[in-house]
Amino acid sequence: MNDTFELRNAETHIEVHKFYPGAVVLVAAAALVLQATGPVYFPKLSVLELPLLVTIYFGLSRRNPSTGLLLGMVIGLAQDALSGPTVPLGFYGIAKTVIGYLASSIGARLDTEHPAARFSLIFSFFVVHQGILVVVRRLLLAQPEAWINVHLAIAAAVNALLGTVLFLVLDRLRRSS
Amino acid sequence: MRWWSLRNALPLKGVSYRITGLVTIPSKHKSLTLLAGVLLAQLLMLAVQIKRDSRGRLIRVWAISAAYPFERSGAWGYGKVRGVWTHYFALRTTERENEALRIENDALKLTITQLQGRAAEADRLGAILGFKQAHEHVPMVGGRVIAASAGTASRTIEIDRGERDGIRRNMAVITPDGAVGKVIEVYGNTAQVLLLTDKDGGAGAMLVGSRTQGAVGGTGEPMLQLKYVANEDNVAVGEKIVTSGMDKIFPRDVPIGTVMETKPGNTFKQIRVQPAAKLDRLETVIVLLTQEPVEFKSAAENAQSAAPVSPAAAAAEKP
Repeated sequence: MNDTFELRNAETHIEVHKFYPGAVVLVAAAALVLQATGPVYFPKLSVLELPLLVTIYFGLSRRNPSTGLLLGMVIGLAQDALSGPTVPLGFYGIAKTVIGYLASSIGARLDTEHPAARFSLIFSFFVVHQGILVVVRRLLLAQPEAWINVHLAIAAAVNALLGTVLFLVLDRLRRSS
Repeated sequence: MRWWSLRNALPLKGVSYRITGLVTIPSKHKSLTLLAGVLLAQLLMLAVQIKRDSRGRLIRVWAISAAYPFERSGAWGYGKVRGVWTHYFALRTTERENEALRIENDALKLTITQLQGRAAEADRLGAILGFKQAHEHVPMVGGRVIAASAGTASRTIEIDRGERDGIRRNMAVITPDGAVGKVIEVYGNTAQVLLLTDKDGGAGAMLVGSRTQGAVGGTGEPMLQLKYVANEDNVAVGEKIVTSGMDKIFPRDVPIGTVMETKPGNTFKQIRVQPAAKLDRLETVIVLLTQEPVEFKSAAENAQSAAPVSPAAAAAEKP
């Protein structure tokens, strides 16, 4: 029994991981609910972007751009829906669709198992995600938004750190070989 | 088995696969097309919402309804855990007594702040003599905050009271410390509240000392901004700001905040305001169940109603 696919060509060797049934849905739902409820009791948790971390993780693990972008879209739209009427549907959806696509595309080409690689990737994806949000807000919604602020680097580092640890936990949800 | 038949067999569970010399990653062209299609669909959805000012209510109702049990149980669980913890270390009766006193204290603080506002107005008019009681009873309902915005793009909270409790859109939300925001969306058991600190949030405002009127708005940051106060007007750091009642949402004289910084701008001053309510740490709020401005008795009326009627005057009034 082996649920890890080894896909090879002449130059690459990648593994496509599978997860226990329902794990993706449960983890995504838990991330969304925690994102909505956590800051009520611990305001500083608002710096975290759990739905983004989940999108990145499953994108990197499944390594299928189509499922990656679709998962990102669903998580993003759910986050839009839970963010109140002032956030139009599609705001987070667009950003997470792109991140899901990028993560799964990059995951198919690079080793993303090493913690240092994961930290760098999460940091980069967080910045790209925020960049897309700013673009959408400025260009599509015509609302003022700063391109760069001090909190961005801090938030990216915090999320990258947490994500690196979180990914190790989520690795346990993979089906063993 | 040929490679394409292997690919077709991949979804079979519990089967070990090893494919050599092949690239089985889905076609880049196919996934790029899907990406473009999904992005285009969401862009169109955004455009439709902006053009029609539609907020995708159906999808939101589904999402809110799905998340509500978890949020509610999360709040319940958090409350229980905290309750057990505190009761374990404290005497049960003392804790309950403190709870009751805290609630009573909150109610008294609300009354006091409203009375202070009225007192300041009466001082300015020079017509205070025996300002006693107060204002008409304001219908209100308390609610517990069960969730916040699921992202940093907006500053909203969700409370466990909704349409069934009489809550409607655009009702004012306050705490005993001051104004919080307004109800922006109502569902059966929950309601979403737009905080003053949201970029779309705001309220009609008035400086307590000079009675200069303006509008307080959010910037997406913890501090508020008082707008439309001319450069010529004097605004001192530390000055209190209350609601003006001009927005037809908040009653007059609900505390909004304190001026922390002021500097001249092009036409209007740039004034940063520290909110009176702890908007980043809300646990319970009060929704005023009326969209009508809450009318308080004027100082003259109060003085008149409070003044005892002399026996001589009473006798003179008798036929």
